[in-house]
Amino acid sequence: MTADVINWGLLALEPPGWGGVLLAGLFNSIKIAIGGYSLGLVLGTGGACGKLYGGPVVKDLMEIYTTLVRAVPELVLILLLYYAGTDVLNRAAAALGYGTVNISGLAAGIFVIGVVQGAYATEVLRGAILAVPAGQIEAARAYGMSPLLTLRRVTLPAMLPHAIPGLSNLWLISTKDTALLAVVGFSELTLVTRQAAGATKAYMLFFCAAGALYLLLTLVSNLIIRFIEARARRGWAAPS
Amino acid sequence: MPAMTERAEAIAVRDLRKRFGALEVLKGISLTAHEGDVIAIIGGSGSGKSTFLRCINMLETPSSGSVAIRGEAIALKGDGHGGLAPSNRRQVQRLRARLGMVFQSFNLWQHMTILQNVIEAPVHVLGVPRAEAMERGEALLRRVGLFEKRDVYPSFLSGGQQQRAAIARALAVQPHAMLFDEPTSALDPELVGEVLGVIGDLAKEKRTMILVTHEMKFARNVASHIVFLAQGVIEEQGPPEQIFGDPRSERLKKFISSVH
Ligand SMILES: Nc1ncnc2c1ncn2[C@@H]1O[C@H](COP(=O)(O)OP(=O)(O)O)[C@@H](O)[C@H]1O
Ligand SMILES: [Mg+2]
Repeated sequence: MTADVINWGLLALEPPGWGGVLLAGLFNSIKIAIGGYSLGLVLGTGGACGKLYGGPVVKDLMEIYTTLVRAVPELVLILLLYYAGTDVLNRAAAALGYGTVNISGLAAGIFVIGVVQGAYATEVLRGAILAVPAGQIEAARAYGMSPLLTLRRVTLPAMLPHAIPGLSNLWLISTKDTALLAVVGFSELTLVTRQAAGATKAYMLFFCAAGALYLLLTLVSNLIIRFIEARARRGWAAPS
Repeated sequence: MPAMTERAEAIAVRDLRKRFGALEVLKGISLTAHEGDVIAIIGGSGSGKSTFLRCINMLETPSSGSVAIRGEAIALKGDGHGGLAPSNRRQVQRLRARLGMVFQSFNLWQHMTILQNVIEAPVHVLGVPRAEAMERGEALLRRVGLFEKRDVYPSFLSGGQQQRAAIARALAVQPHAMLFDEPTSALDPELVGEVLGVIGDLAKEKRTMILVTHEMKFARNVASHIVFLAQGVIEEQGPPEQIFGDPRSERLKKFISSVH
């Protein structure tokens, strides 16, 4: 067996190969990325509206949120939110007489990534909303739309083309941020890769394989992003 | 003032004042548009024409005075800064929805096709069934000569086409009155005619409208009443023949000779 420097058999889907484990890790990473990103979009939309249309208190709160989250390294935030978050939940559960609760790694991961993403999404969406020409919103008002209807029918769809480059970046970042959850023991792609590599000593093989999977995820994402962008910009006469 | 007093009042503005900080732009303006009136507002730039128009549908809130649409006064209350604010947002939205406004820079919604622009307010504000709104919208687009362009996005159209689409959008709400704010000022000269043609037809139908314009010949031809605004007051008003043929005030004489 010395002819083959690389033992491709280690990547087989069935044990003793680790391929299946890697794919399961990738699947977990994608679940967290999608969940966290979606939560981030919701928080970001609320954050942007709060910053633009909220009262002084809401504006200050949003400012504190985005400043804090963007100032602290993500790894620290993840450790903080994960351990402090589970701690707070457990205390609350204990106070209510439920004893300790088991927080699923998936839910915690989505929460943590979502809070981080939400801060960046707030800024992306705020900028995009400001880029919507005032006349578009004025026309909505002139035709009797309520503020909420204006937001839903005009402001949000009109700002989308301006937001997509920033939001696309955030999506790619969120797929890679999932790797940070390895530090809290969640079985996403990076953690299972480390386990596989440690068990077999085939470090090069497994980390390259994981890298290839992340690359694949990015390439597929790019295809989807390009499709969405073309759709959102179909009202734009020329690429600018 | 328009003669036939038996026609109902479509828009009645009383003693309207508007201040931006220290600058008083409108200094007490009263104007009534009866059903079927075509009132053209002329005046130098910065004389407050747009501000007056925007106060009618409360895009701008007056500092004092009152506005009534078809006899219904818009409820206003103090805004705490010496001005006024609508006290009933619903009422303002309801009244606005039936005042078709046409803007200088069209302001079509860029993410919607022409037809979607036209049916937007009927469907989402007035609650007209979609199929009915589409049918009416297509008929309106045919009328302004844009039926073939109904599925095109605004930025692919010329300024004249966009403005005609915007007029169709205003007609789609079956407006009680139409408000035009310099509808041809942003157009290349060769595109002005097609838009004025459409507005002229509406005037002939005796649609109630208030029209801010710099097109003096057009105003003279289509308006039933001309209002000359200068420095925040109505300096002179009357039928077109009188305003253009026999202007009284020095300012109006100077203005007319300057735009010719
Ligand atoms: N939102 C605003 N804030 C401050 N000043 C304004 C505002 N809108 C208009 N003005 C001022 O009011 C005056 C009248 O403006 P406008 O009604 O647009 O004039 P017109 O349409 O006759 O050219 C101008 O001096 C303009 O600078
Ligand atoms: Mg103006």
